[in-house]
Amino acid sequence: MGETRGDKIFGIVNAVMLILILAIVLYPLIFVISASVSNQLAVSSGRMWLFPKEFTLVGYQKVFQNREILVGYGNTILYAVVGTSINLVMTILAAYPLSRRSFAGKNVIMFIMVFTMFFSGGMIPTYLIIKNIGMLNTMWSLVIPNAVAVWNIIIMRTFFKESVPVEVQEAAMIDGCSHTGILLRVMLPLSMPILAVMTLFYCVDHWNSYFSALIYLTDRAKFPLQLILREILIQNQMDKMAGAATSLSEQIMYGQAVKYAVVVVANLPVFLLYPFLQRYFVQGMTIGAIKG
Amino acid sequence: MSLKWLRANWELYLLILPVIAYFIIFHYVPMYGVQIAFKDFIASKGILGSPWVGFKHFERFYHSYYFWRLIKNTLGIGLFQLIVGFPVPILLALMINEVRVKRFKKFVQTVTYAPHFLSTVVMVGILVIFLTPETGIVNQIVQAFGGQSISFMTEPSWFKPLYVLSGVWQQMGWSSIIYLAALSGVDPQLHEAARVDGATRLQRIWHINLKCILPTIVILLILNTGSILSVGFEKVFLMQNDMNLESSDVFATYVYRSGLLGAQYSFSAAVGLFSNVVNFIIIVAVNYVARRVGSTSLW
Repeated sequence: MGETRGDKIFGIVNAVMLILILAIVLYPLIFVISASVSNQLAVSSGRMWLFPKEFTLVGYQKVFQNREILVGYGNTILYAVVGTSINLVMTILAAYPLSRRSFAGKNVIMFIMVFTMFFSGGMIPTYLIIKNIGMLNTMWSLVIPNAVAVWNIIIMRTFFKESVPVEVQEAAMIDGCSHTGILLRVMLPLSMPILAVMTLFYCVDHWNSYFSALIYLTDRAKFPLQLILREILIQNQMDKMAGAATSLSEQIMYGQAVKYAVVVVANLPVFLLYPFLQRYFVQGMTIGAIKG
Repeated sequence: MSLKWLRANWELYLLILPVIAYFIIFHYVPMYGVQIAFKDFIASKGILGSPWVGFKHFERFYHSYYFWRLIKNTLGIGLFQLIVGFPVPILLALMINEVRVKRFKKFVQTVTYAPHFLSTVVMVGILVIFLTPETGIVNQIVQAFGGQSISFMTEPSWFKPLYVLSGVWQQMGWSSIIYLAALSGVDPQLHEAARVDGATRLQRIWHINLKCILPTIVILLILNTGSILSVGFEKVFLMQNDMNLESSDVFATYVYRSGLLGAQYSFSAAVGLFSNVVNFIIIVAVNYVARRVGSTSLW
């Protein structure tokens, strides 16, 4: 196709600007990874600015020797698995009836759900309810109050409606299949891509959340990883972490190493899965965006 | 709805029942419980048994030193975020959409989406590490150019720019997905025709691409404006400290401090209710304007 010279220049300028954006996004990430395996003296003096200098794994060593981090990691995995399972079941239970054209009361139920996206009782009344039910300081306070996300119900419903032909559902019905049967044997097997997206979205949410834990949990043994991270990264509580370090400067050095290492360790699972799931989540976002 | 239909489809209601129960218990009961904002909550008497006091807590809040500070900060952060953070993903999507080399396009997308998956704690943690006085990488650069080391995290004037810009860094890619999806729906024939008429690429982006994604932009603008008062509490809270409180204190953090830490349940519920109502009014108003001016609106 005949591009004019102006169009070609435009293409080049565009590419250069995108490369600049890439650098801005990538640099902090690369820096953290490099710093986590470098000698902290090199990092804090500015000698390490891109690639690792004076390779060492002392930060990771300290991270894996720390009981609180390990317990937090375990808690987070538990909360994420239980929470995501509840999320998926609830999302499916809501999405299937709402996807049926003839479901009487569909609009009312939809309104009840969507309204909560725009208005809520607020933090205090919600806290008092959780407290009254007796969920304070239990795992359930982290996984039940956010059992389902309205936005994801909408995405799922749209997928059910658009992607599984009504004829297939009706044929199953004529064959004597119940709604539960259709859902389990027809809808779900045909919805694997969207289920993958939902799993990722919900799982990441649980993995990254700290606020529910901050207000509902008091028992340190139940803290998820993000709360421990908050103490290490933001509140700078690392006295125990540095452990057997002899001098103050050594303690500070170890502390720095732990910070970088813990950031890498905390994000590892998500970033390992990320390239494989990317295809799916873009699909999921777009279903919700265009047809929601 | 006929009886026959109901007999054949009662299962649907059974399936959705747990979800409805969830919404009632965890969303509508708290909305009902917000009445404590008009009461003096006494734990032993419960939400229903506590005595009514009318607008006492609202008046106290209105006359308190915090009222204008919270309005100023919440609106300031929200507007700053809207003005800087809203256009960037649109621009990014338009730029990515112009890339002809498939692999480069894919790479840019993969990289710019990635920071979205960092947790808020890690995001703020990285800010803290990078901005550490003296030894943090940013201050090393500042000092290398002969500047004074800046204590970014405790300096009130730096709070809002840091909050907004780190948000742009983390979310611009992810937010661009929606626009990219809308752009993929642009009819190529429009571009063909425009090219025949001698339109440059920039002109075609402006007149075709931007126009085609305008409904998407409007919808997201409404949604973004609606959440202007509910600025990302989780991140504000983490970036907040005693030194920068005067520019970082927002409604939600104040509710948390006075309510959950200070146990003034009724008063904080009133503050929370106030910000929720204002929020709701804003979104209804913006939606109304959007429906009047253009043809796109949420409802």
